[in-house]
Order: sequence, then C-alpha cells, then structure tokens
Amino acid sequence: MNPADLWSIVPELWLTGLAIFLLLVDLFTARKTVVGVVAVIGLLLSIIPTGVLLGQDPRTILAGTYAVDGFAVFFKILTVIATALVTLAAMDWLPGRTQYEGEFYALLVFTAVALILMAASTDIILLALSVEFVSLTSYVLAGYLKGNVKSNEAGVKYFLFGATASAVMLFGFSILYGLTGTTNLYEIARRVSDAPLQALSLSVALMLTGFGFKISMVPFHQWTPDVYEGAPTPVAAYLSVASKAAGFAALVRLLMVVVDPRQLNWVPLLAILAAVSMTLGNLLALPQRNIKRMLAYSSISHAGFLLIGVVAFRGDFGTPGLLIYLLGYTFTQLGAFFVAALIGRQLGTDDIPDYAGLSRRAPVSALLMAVFMLSLTGLPPTSVFVGKFYVLAGAIDNGLLWLAIVGVVNSIISLYYYAGVIRAMYIMPAPSTVPLEEPAALQVALGIAGLGTLIIGLYPQPIIDLARSAVLLLRI
Amino acid sequence: MSGILSLIIFLPLLGGLIILFIPKSADRVMKQIALVASIVSLLLSLVLAAQFSRGGGMQFEERYSWIPSIGVNYYLAVDGLSLPLIVLTAVLSVLSVIYSWRIDVRLKEYLFLFLLLETGMLGVFAALDFFLFYVFWEITLVPMYFLIGIWGGPRREYAAIKFFLFTLVGSLAMLLAILIMYFNAEPHTFSMLELIRQQPLADTPLLAALAFWGFFLSFAIKVPMWPFHTWLPDAHVEAPTAASVILAGVLLKMGTYGFLRISLPMLPETFKAYAFFIAVLALLGIVYGALVAMAQTDLKKLVAYSSVNHMGYVMLGTAAAAGAVGDPSKAAAAATALNGAVFEMIAHGVITGALFFVVGVIYDYRAHTRGVDEFGGLGAKLPVYTGITTIAMLASLGLPGLMGFVAEFLVFLGSFGVFPYLTAVAVTGVIFTAAMFLWTIQRIFLGAPNPRWATLPDMDAREKLTLVPLAVLMIVFGLFPKPLLDVINAAMTSLVTALR
Repeated sequence: MNPADLWSIVPELWLTGLAIFLLLVDLFTARKTVVGVVAVIGLLLSIIPTGVLLGQDPRTILAGTYAVDGFAVFFKILTVIATALVTLAAMDWLPGRTQYEGEFYALLVFTAVALILMAASTDIILLALSVEFVSLTSYVLAGYLKGNVKSNEAGVKYFLFGATASAVMLFGFSILYGLTGTTNLYEIARRVSDAPLQALSLSVALMLTGFGFKISMVPFHQWTPDVYEGAPTPVAAYLSVASKAAGFAALVRLLMVVVDPRQLNWVPLLAILAAVSMTLGNLLALPQRNIKRMLAYSSISHAGFLLIGVVAFRGDFGTPGLLIYLLGYTFTQLGAFFVAALIGRQLGTDDIPDYAGLSRRAPVSALLMAVFMLSLTGLPPTSVFVGKFYVLAGAIDNGLLWLAIVGVVNSIISLYYYAGVIRAMYIMPAPSTVPLEEPAALQVALGIAGLGTLIIGLYPQPIIDLARSAVLLLRI
Repeated sequence: MSGILSLIIFLPLLGGLIILFIPKSADRVMKQIALVASIVSLLLSLVLAAQFSRGGGMQFEERYSWIPSIGVNYYLAVDGLSLPLIVLTAVLSVLSVIYSWRIDVRLKEYLFLFLLLETGMLGVFAALDFFLFYVFWEITLVPMYFLIGIWGGPRREYAAIKFFLFTLVGSLAMLLAILIMYFNAEPHTFSMLELIRQQPLADTPLLAALAFWGFFLSFAIKVPMWPFHTWLPDAHVEAPTAASVILAGVLLKMGTYGFLRISLPMLPETFKAYAFFIAVLALLGIVYGALVAMAQTDLKKLVAYSSVNHMGYVMLGTAAAAGAVGDPSKAAAAATALNGAVFEMIAHGVITGALFFVVGVIYDYRAHTRGVDEFGGLGAKLPVYTGITTIAMLASLGLPGLMGFVAEFLVFLGSFGVFPYLTAVAVTGVIFTAAMFLWTIQRIFLGAPNPRWATLPDMDAREKLTLVPLAVLMIVFGLFPKPLLDVINAAMTSLVTALR
C-alpha cells in the first residue's frame, strides 16, 4: 500500500475516529446533547479534508479498490450534510424516547462512513462489505425504540428484506466474478465483453435486486412504508435520502463502468422500472393519512424519477441531473421529515388531518413545510424542480419522450397528495390556537433544509458545476 | 433606464416580504406597504409606457447570465404586445389592493400572496427566456391556489385544487414542449427570440406537432378555451372578489399571450395546419359561453361564463391570423385580427375586472347574495352603482363608443378575411351576449323595487376609487382607441411580417 493513499481517505478516517470518539464521550457525560453537538461539529469539520479532494485527479487507491474522484466526493458531501442535519433533528426528537441517545449519534456517524465507502468502492468485495455495513447499522437504527412495537416491526422487517436482497445481490456479484476472474470493477469492465450474454444478464438482474431494495425501486419497495412509519422519524428521514443516495451511487458506478449498454442493453428495462416506480409509488401515496407513510410512498415515486437520470445517461443532462436531483431532494425530503418529527414530538401524531391549523400554531414550520411540499411536487423555484427539470431534459435528450411524459403525469398526480398537506395546514380550521413550541436544534435543521431547497432552486449553477465535474470524473 | 423592468416586477414581492416581518397587529401598516409597493410599480410601468417607442421592437432589455451551463439567462424586455398587459396588470393590482382594504381574515398572508402573484404575472409578460418564463408562470399558480383556498366561498377547497391541478397539467405539458424546442435548436437555447429566429422544428413536422400541442394544452387551459374551461366557473365563483378580478383580468391573458408570443411565431406552419380546428373551438367557446351565461342566475357565474365567451373572440382572432400564415394576400386581415385580439385582451381585462368588482360590491358587503332574480329596482336606490355597472355591461356586450366594441369589431373584421363562414356564425354570439347583459340589467336594476333592499347604501368612496378608473378607461379607449391601438399595431404588424 502506498502511504500517500492514506491522505486521500482522511475524511473516512476522520469520521470513523469521530464515531469511536462519540462512544467515548457518551461514557463520560450524562448530558447526551453534548454527544450530538460533538457529532455535528465533527461532521462539519470533515468537509475540510473532503474539499481538499475536490480538485484532484481521479484515481483509484488501496490496490485499486477505492475511488478518489469527483463522484465519490459528491456523495461524501451529500452524506455528511444529511448526517449532520439528521443529527440536529434527532437531538430534539430523541430525548425521553430512548435511554441510549449517545449511541444513536455514534451509529449515525458509522452509517455515514459506510455510505461513503459504498459510493466510492471500485471492488465488488469492498462494495459488498460496505453494503452490509450500511445494512447492519440501519437495521439497528430502524428498530431503535425498543419498547415500541412499530419500531421493532420496522427493524425486523428491514432486516428480513435487507438480508434477502443482499444475498441475492451477492449471488450476482459472484457470477460477475466467475465470468471475469477478478473483483476490480475496471478490470471486470475490460474482460466482461467476452462473457456470455445470458450469464451477464442474470448477474445484472440479481445485482439490480439488491440496489433496487436500497433505493426503494418497484418491485423491491414493499418494506419502505412500514419501515419509515415504524422507525424513529429522524432515521426514516435518513434512510429516505442518504441510504437511497448511496444506493444510486453504487448502482450508477456499477452500470456505467461495467455494463456497456451496447453489449447488454439495460436501458429499456430500467426505463420501464422507472415508469412503474413513479406511477405505483404515487398511486399508493394518494390514500395515505399518515405523513410518514405518504413520504415513504412518495419516495418510491422519486426513486422512479431518479432512475430516469440513470437511464438517460447519454449527454449532459441525465447523470448530472441524477446528482442534482439527489442533492436537492436531500434538503427537501429531510425538511419534510423534520416537520413531521416536530409535529410528532409536539402533538404525538403523524396523521395529516392533525396538521390542521398548523399555519396559525407554528407559522414558520408550516411555511417551510409548504415550500417542501411544493418542491417535492416540482414547482419552481425549488431544488427538486431543478432536479426534475434536469432528468426530464435528459429523457428528451435521449429520445425517451414517453418516459418524460410519464414523469410529467406523475408530477401532476403527486400534487394532489402534497397539496393535501398544505390544505390541512392552511385551509382546515385549527382545533386549537395554542402556539406550538419549536425546539432550537430542530429549527436550525429545518432552516438549513429550507434554505438549501430555495437556494438550489434560485441559483443552481454551483451545484450543476459540482455535479458535472463529478460525472466527468466517474469513468476515470 | 436599464433595470426599470426588474423594479416593476420585483417591487411588489419586496413589499410582500417586508409585510411578512410586520407584527400581526399593525394591519394598517401592512395595507399601506402593499398599496405603496403596487402603486410605485404602476407608476414605473406608466413611465415605461411613456418612454416606449412605438415600432421599436423589444425595448428596455435586461440580460444577465443566470445558469450559464445550460444557457439560461435572466432576460427581460417589452414590446407592443407585452407593454399594455404589464400596465393592465399593474392597474388591476393597485385597484385590487384598494378593494381588499376591508379584508380582515389573515391579512398578512393575503397581502403577501397577492403581491407575490403580481410579481409572477408581471414577470410572465416581460420574460423572454423560456426558463425564466416558466418560473414566473408557475409562481402565479401557488398564490392563486391559496387565495381561492383560504379566502374563497363555501366550495373553496374543491375549486382551489381543481384550479391548481388543471393549470399544472398545462404548465407541465408546456415544460415538455419547451424542452423539445431547446434540444432541437442548434446551438441549444432557451431564448424565445433566438428560437423564433431559428425555427428549430420547421423540418420535423411530428416533433413540431408534439411541441405545438404541448403549448396548446397549457395555453388553452389558461385561456380557457372550450372544452378546457370547466375549472373557470368553479374558481371564479369561489374566489374572493379581488382574486376573481386578477384571475379574469390578467391570468387568463397569460394563455392568449402565450399563443401570440410563442405558438404563433415559433411554430407558424403547425399553427396554420390546425388553425381552422382551433377557430372552431374558439367559436364553440363564443357561442357556448354566451348561452350558458344567459342561463345563469348567479351573477358571478354569469360574468365567469361571459369570460369564456370573450376569450373566444381573442382566440378567433389569433386562429385567423394563424390561418393566414404564408398567404401575403391575407396579411392585412391577419394584422387586423391580431390587433383586435390584443385589444380584446386589454378590454376584457378592464371590463371583466370591473364586472367582478361590481359583483363584489353587491355581494361582499351589501346583499350577500348574487342571485340575479333576487334583486330588482336597484336603479332608483343605488344610482352610482347602477351607472357604473351599466357602463361595464354595455362595454362587455360591445356597445359602440365603449372599449369592447373596438376589440370585437377588429376581431370580426380581420377574421372575416380568413374564415368568413366561421366569423359569420361567431357574430351571432354578440347577439346572445347582448341579450344576456341587457336581461341582467333589467332584472337587477329595473322593475319594481324589492323591499328587501330598501336600506342598501350606494357605493362608498373606496369602491368608487376602484371602479371609476376602470369605467373611465372603458369610455376613453372606446372613443379614442388610437394611442393603445398604435402600440399594439406596431408589434402585430411586425409579427405578421415575420410570419410571411
């Protein structure tokens, strides 16, 4: 191993050290908020070494198993932002619900490390290991409220589905290894052209199952609503953005690097899966009364939209669009979940009708929630609009007008249930006019999510630049 | 004078943002800020009109790079088509703020949304970059949804979501059409003027048809053309008075503006191919709107359906101009039809804006009913109200000497040169319109006084302040349409020349 390689993984080392340090801090303090604050500071500091990597030449390190490229850096930034925001939100949500608050933050940071590894792996063994790493910590986080039946159900369900999906994916990896005799993605890419098509198809299909589970793609989505509903709200928020993003990162890297569409044309299959995910997720979101279940189904639909970005990989719009969409969606979706966390905390309910009159009782949160709902619908000037604009443009640029039309129709359907939340908050009469307390850390997290949503919507140029350089550097 | 357009557009929003930070108890201050913001915007738009040079093409250009990697610019300018619409928007916004003085429910949100809406509408008429245009277009949706949904009548929730869904269908169809245009232009561009110059879809009829129908769906829903009009009566009837005025006066014009600014110059051959069909739809709107309006007993619904009828005239003129594309012998007729169409847009904004205020005056603070049959003999009790209502209704039915007549006359004159038979049938719509309004005047103001309304007061000072300017405009431009018509004519003549 080249010792200089270590300089390139400072962010990972720093975050791993941070997670261990958090466990130690937790031992010596009774005020668990301290642990959360240390976690947030540590996460933010990790941006510095990540930023240093930004301008560097793309390369693989550690014997070709690990990528240092713009793509990996993009997902490092995304993961750190999401983890810091979720930690902030958890600091106001957790107290009084569990006695293991300190460990929660450590687990979150460990998950962040795993997600970052997953997005940067260029070796299928490392990829498999990081996927398992993510899964392990996520199962624990989903079932974190030990006394809560639904949280337990979420943990077990996530575990059972996840274990099956991982096993199937590993089988796909093993076929890939069998076909090429190597575990390195770039090496596989060179040798796979001689592989028999049927075996390669089987391998891709099996791998797609594993990633489909991670990104909640139809037909591997069934776990999503139950897990989001039962898991602690900050965890649901985290799974719906960070875990999904890392799943997309690994999927894109694998497809782009290994499977040449001229050899095995995966475009039609993924295009159909995108259309089905969008449509089914949306239709199932329509009747939901529980905000977390609604956001879960809508996240399935957004997975479909994101898949358009994967499918429309030719040109300057699809793949950068996927990254822009993911980042924009991160702010918006986290914000929506944070409002849900706030209401869940203050009113003890996750039912949308109970949001009635929120505009009077918590005006700032209600306004932000309205912005998040409009952003999720895809109305400008918000971050998800920019993402949707990009992937739809990508679809048209790739000659997939029909897919763009399916996307547009789904945006219209989604307005109905997103507007339902706004309707409850602004139009339905308030059962009480007592102002809701809006806790500080959660407010900060909400504010950042809101600012991120609007700033990306109004001035997307920096994000576009970042996403474009990330994609350019992907293929090495 | 660079930057004046941006000032006109964003001053209302700035006022709205300031209002958000004013304490809830200071409602007077909030209203004053809203009034000042909209009045300054109006004054600046009048400065714009005064400095505008007729026949000078696009003026007061502002162009800054916004998202350079996909070529999106912050690009504003006005010509003879957009200038009158901007002034109209500013005028109706000021009057609406004045009319809304008595709003007391959730005032802060109301004013903020209203001013946001004004910014969106002004932006739509000034934007020359498709991306920017789309952003402004969508910005108008959200405030209107809230205005109907929160301050509307009994069925407001249904009406609000229906409005939102219908128009979102349209705008997303437009988004796809914009993207088709963008990717077929070489180099890729969102600049409307550049796309008009390039005609990127001229050689690909199938794509051109797709883009055309994408735009069509969007604009036709907005206008609304028959059979896409079903959201309109619901939205109008439930919306609060000021929102109805803005909806009829300005938002509907966004649809016809789109046809004239985008569909016609960007896809002329395609528009020509479907012009007759669209003219038939316009004709159906004219006749259907008038007949259904006649059957209404709810005054507000009556005015709403009369909008379907009047917007039909605008579309008839537009379709006639499209039908004349490529035929130099019909160019004069096409220019006349377009002049009529644009004049009708302004006239309808003034007249129908006034009519919705008129409905509000009687319904909001006096009778609390809009049943046409429940009145009678009001003419003796409320002379000022009666006078203004009568002027507005006569203007709407197209009485010579008032604004509506000039518009309809030009539309018929121009359209007759292109679609003579259709136009002949369309003229009968005037008869229905006249019958409807005259019958309405008769039922409300004439006849034996209904003792129920014996104590009804006449219009107060603030109501006069909102309605008298509009009545004056109807008469002034009815008798002396030249200043306005010259501005429009210069833009329309150059449009027709470009299409030849």
